[in-house]
Amino acid sequence: MVAGLINANPIVYEKKERRGRSVPSTADGDEYSVEPIDQLEVFDHIRDIKDPEHPYSLEELKVVTEDAVEVDDKHSHVRVTFTPTVEHCSMATVIGLCIRVKLLRSLPSRYKVDIIVAPGTHATEAAVNKQLNDKERVAAALENPNLVEMVDQCLAPSYD
Amino acid sequence: MDLLEKKMELKEIQKLEGHTDRVWSLAWNPTTGVAGIPAMLASCSGDKTVRIWQQNTSLPSNPWECKAVLDETHTRTVRSCAWSPSGKLLATGSFDATTAIWEHVGDDFECVATLEGHENEVKSVSWNSSGSLLATCSRDKSVWIWEVLPGNEFECVSVLQGHTQDVKMVQWHPFMDVLFSCSYDNTIKVWAGDDDSDDWECLQTLNESNNGHSSTVWALSFNSTGDKMVTCSDDLTLKVWGNDSATKQTNGDEFSPWRHLCTLSGFHDRTIFSVHWSREGVIASGAADDAIRLFVENNDDLVEGPSYKLLLKKEKAHDMDVNSVQWSFKQENRLLASASDDGTIKIWELASLP
Repeated sequence: MVAGLINANPIVYEKKERRGRSVPSTADGDEYSVEPIDQLEVFDHIRDIKDPEHPYSLEELKVVTEDAVEVDDKHSHVRVTFTPTVEHCSMATVIGLCIRVKLLRSLPSRYKVDIIVAPGTHATEAAVNKQLNDKERVAAALENPNLVEMVDQCLAPSYD
Repeated sequence: MDLLEKKMELKEIQKLEGHTDRVWSLAWNPTTGVAGIPAMLASCSGDKTVRIWQQNTSLPSNPWECKAVLDETHTRTVRSCAWSPSGKLLATGSFDATTAIWEHVGDDFECVATLEGHENEVKSVSWNSSGSLLATCSRDKSVWIWEVLPGNEFECVSVLQGHTQDVKMVQWHPFMDVLFSCSYDNTIKVWAGDDDSDDWECLQTLNESNNGHSSTVWALSFNSTGDKMVTCSDDLTLKVWGNDSATKQTNGDEFSPWRHLCTLSGFHDRTIFSVHWSREGVIASGAADDAIRLFVENNDDLVEGPSYKLLLKKEKAHDMDVNSVQWSFKQENRLLASASDDGTIKIWELASLP
């Protein structure tokens, strides 16, 4: 599909050790109470997304890190800042779309999610950010079978 | 306006459920809700269907019923819907790049025409005041003007190029054949045609350099006298624009430009998707912060020009983003309809608290 890889030799980092999360206390015994979501939980949802052109995860390529996830649970707001591997990466919108779709499928609907490119890491940063956060453009993209197939490939579980 | 003196509330009358995906847009049938004709509302959704809702006044508690589901025509999201001024035709614009025209015959709705031409998603449709012209716009950056011919024929008379990004909404002036479009390119454009030919041109572009918006402009609406317009944007502001010629009824060739009157900022926390001006002057806005806000003109200080006050804010109007707010045409009871990503439509009444 792509003639040449956009970033042929990406740096691959080691995966972080998985930490077990402490079970939230249910002292009030209310099973219907809203369960807060933290940074690590959001990171767990997106760390294994595969890069569109490499057999590595976004975590291994340091496209996403735990610190790049901000959660304001009180206001149901999540912000993910991702770092494309090269600053002219044409896959940036696809990566952003993958993160958006994964969180759309994983988080309760009350969450508002903003996805942005880390400042200074992409040549067309403003354009990428605008597109990723325009829900009409995202909705239209998700009705495009070719794009959905690409996103689903990146989101498919790996069995390593 | 006396509304400011009273304590007002937005009372939920009914929640309309049926769509299986986000509801994008709403349109009240302009010929209903008066003279004993039950009010009718159309809604369109990501579930590829249009629903027609009608008020049954013999049911006191939940008077709104779904009368029809218009499906199996659009193959993708139905983004926008608009009734012709006669209330007989409904135009629907879809991400499938087509605009469908539905005719209301008896109790049924029949698709009588499909307008093709846009390269990709149609985002908005609008009829002019006489119902002789229909405008459509798309992600392909163009605005098309269609002439309505006898026998449900539609002929494209002009393709307006000028926006540099997708066009989010088209809206005709309430009584002049002047078309307004707003876009992802952050601008609002004003278009008018020659009386004798089909030459349409852009008369004015409202952009950041003339106090316009700094991000996507999602929607616009006019006041009842057509001399003011309100726009809403991803920049989290609402802007009110004024024009003198609308009240003077000139011949069109003496175009007087629209000018920025004021900016309402600091009210919304997230993208404002919809704005609608009621006949009696209440501006409603719906946003991605799940809230509906109402504004009215504040006459306290006329020296500085018009200003607007927040009349009320309905937090958590929906469980998710509010995509559309539309006042009913009926004046005696102030009904507002809202549509949301949560898949529901709500009917509200603006009422004064005892």
